Amino acid sequence: MSRLSGSHGISRRGVLQGATALGTAALITPYGTPLRAAPKRGGTLRVGMAHGSTTDAMDPGTWEADFMIFQAHTRNNYLTEIAADGSLVPELAESWEASADATQWTFVLRSKVEFHSGHKLSAEDVKASIEHHLGEDSTSAAKPIVEGITDIKADDLTVTFTLSNGNADFPFVMSDYHLPILPAKDGKIDPTTQDGCGPYKIASIEFGVGASYVRHDGYWKAGLPYFDGIEQIVIHDDAARQNALLSGEVDYIDTADLNTVSLLERSPGIEILAVTGTQHYGLPMDTRAAPFNDVNVRQALKYSINRQQLVDTILNGFGSLGNDHPIGPGQRFFNTELEQKAYDPDKAKFYLKEAGLDKLDVDIHLADAAFAGAMDAGVLFAESATAGGININVVREPNDGYWSNVWMQKPFAGTYWGGRPTEDWMFATAYSEGAAWNESFWSHERFNELLVKARSELNDDLRREMYFEMQDLVANQGGTIIPMFAAYVGAYSDKLAKPDQVASNWRNDGHRIGERWWFA
Amino acid sequence: MSHIWSMVFQRLALGFLTLFIVSLIIFGATELLPGDFAQEILGQSATPETVAALREKLGLDQPMYIRYFGWLSDILRGDFGESLANGQPVADLIGRRLGNTLSLALYAAAIAVPLSLGLGILAALFRNSFFDRFANASALTSISFPEFFVAYILIFLLAGREGLFPSISSFRTDPSFTEYLHRAFLPALTLTLVVTAHMMRMTRAAIINLLASPYIEMARLKGMKPMRVIVKHALPNALAPIINVVALNLAYLITGVVVVEVVFVYPGLGQLMVDSVAARDMPVVQGVALIFAAAYVLLNLTADVLATLSNPRLVHGR
Repeated sequence: MSRLSGSHGISRRGVLQGATALGTAALITPYGTPLRAAPKRGGTLRVGMAHGSTTDAMDPGTWEADFMIFQAHTRNNYLTEIAADGSLVPELAESWEASADATQWTFVLRSKVEFHSGHKLSAEDVKASIEHHLGEDSTSAAKPIVEGITDIKADDLTVTFTLSNGNADFPFVMSDYHLPILPAKDGKIDPTTQDGCGPYKIASIEFGVGASYVRHDGYWKAGLPYFDGIEQIVIHDDAARQNALLSGEVDYIDTADLNTVSLLERSPGIEILAVTGTQHYGLPMDTRAAPFNDVNVRQALKYSINRQQLVDTILNGFGSLGNDHPIGPGQRFFNTELEQKAYDPDKAKFYLKEAGLDKLDVDIHLADAAFAGAMDAGVLFAESATAGGININVVREPNDGYWSNVWMQKPFAGTYWGGRPTEDWMFATAYSEGAAWNESFWSHERFNELLVKARSELNDDLRREMYFEMQDLVANQGGTIIPMFAAYVGAYSDKLAKPDQVASNWRNDGHRIGERWWFA
Repeated sequence: MSHIWSMVFQRLALGFLTLFIVSLIIFGATELLPGDFAQEILGQSATPETVAALREKLGLDQPMYIRYFGWLSDILRGDFGESLANGQPVADLIGRRLGNTLSLALYAAAIAVPLSLGLGILAALFRNSFFDRFANASALTSISFPEFFVAYILIFLLAGREGLFPSISSFRTDPSFTEYLHRAFLPALTLTLVVTAHMMRMTRAAIINLLASPYIEMARLKGMKPMRVIVKHALPNALAPIINVVALNLAYLITGVVVVEVVFVYPGLGQLMVDSVAARDMPVVQGVALIFAAAYVLLNLTADVLATLSNPRLVHGR
């Protein structure tokens, strides 16, 4: 909890779950008593969601925003599941094992799992579901994360994946939201199917408007789910969403506006849910372009940003300080020995001098599409940087088309990451040389070498050592300023009950609120 | 009467030309926007290979004119095409929401038109009285606020915790007629407040304008009651400008209500248009734009026909 800076005294009321340390539940219960009634069944959960577009689609390869990801976990199951405490647990796969070099992974599936349509789960379904994202003509957003798979063998209830390179975290990859297990027909899945083997069946879905679900009675997880059904409603407008919760039109909202959350908190019968996990906001610099190609300039900029001020004002206290690397404090190999960077104009001046400069003028290109409050963050950054002799010009870019025209196109911009459950996944996605999303175009020999080595290492102690060093390298040599980790902030009616620990890997209890929560 | 028919046909033909030009402009404008569908839909997770594969799959790698004429020839055969995003037929996507949009527009118009005509007539009758000033001031006040602000105020007053009306009108199943009236009341009222001022003041001005005419003077000298003078003598001659303003506002109710849709979570065409533009989902953008343009064309045509019919000198041509 110490990393949750709470100028608003978040823990004063409501339930707040901070940085989830693995296995150590960091939880403050509202009234100090851990006693809870046993979960009971019944009721229809009505969820108000801030995202959802008429251009959403059923194809898992297109899922990107919360509406479809919530839908995915409500309707589907995955091979593996990230539990509320951040550990990996079996879902459709009962067990798995790796070859010594971690290039071959064998998953044994549960028997007697049935899809909503009555189709029985077999290894063929798994094979077809993953193959949907593979291949030359794949249009899937998940293609980069499954690219290492060279072969999939299906045999009754056993699936064997062969990878081009060893990956000790491969079972984590199988929990990715793009990879639900769908029924196969003639060796292929129908990407537009509404079938699945998750806790709820889709009764109807209208993109950009909402979806209704009913309980899947044949669900294999005994006693689950608790709700009879779920109504998922898209409510884009912040005020409308909060009003809907206040007036009892919905029971839960996935996003609360940080500017007014303290007002919402004061309303009777409303609880706030704030979870800090791996979601972080960053300012990547193109390390190939002058002046950012000089590591001293990058360090000077990193010491010129007032992180605490950003957490207090941009996040309204709902978040924690970032240390210029993307690993969250709750993750397995989080570097606890790395010194937390603080605002220090003198150090910034020192590094500028090292770079042979006495002052620096740079442009930063931002839009609120990069992350909520990015423009304001840019202005605060510019203000705090002047003390160190750095003059930052904040260029406002349009939200529309930000990801195609500004991000990774301009040398200094803004970004956000929902984060990845493993260190390797995060580093490989956005920091390794040649990665499509290496947004700072950073290439560091030692880092890339360690990344490959750590990936196939099955000994945790050795891996820890390597990941510690990599975090140090990214923080002090890398090209991305990561000033803050942002909490997921939602709100719910006190008619709802939730488990003691809420997952921090995604919003909405890891998007599994449908099978983890119940009506009190 | 025959020249009215020829006017209708002529205007319809011109309307089709207008629609064609609109489609050309919309297509060109969307092309000018940075990024294309493949990039937008893959967003932050776009890689060059997946973007290329998606473009090829959807035919986005074709030159612009080929795509436009492909779309145009489909439209001429009555085929609106399919959404690039999820493969749903555009006609289905639009159909559902067009129904919602039209019923909300109708609902709002059913309140707003009688209200503003009534208020306009009364304001003309009691011009410069306290009532006239009050009606004018409140109508102008409500039109001066942004729509979402009016909406929030109404939610604050009429929804809330033990509210009379629901704060969101989202309905997932087909509601019964009375349930619809209840759920959609707040958005309809918001729209009413937004459009009333324009129609009311036009009614008032058009009538007052006529009150100085000699034939009104004559009617008054005959000893007619003021209300009868206005309704029987002034109003029929003031109809043409009023009808035009009403038509303009009806078109606005169909095409310009996206803010109200968002605040009240009302699934209409506006949000569909906004989402589709953001994702560069061309067939949907084009389809919705055509519907909007057609609404303007048809309503203007109707207004002109009615205005002509309200003027005997034009009906019985020399």
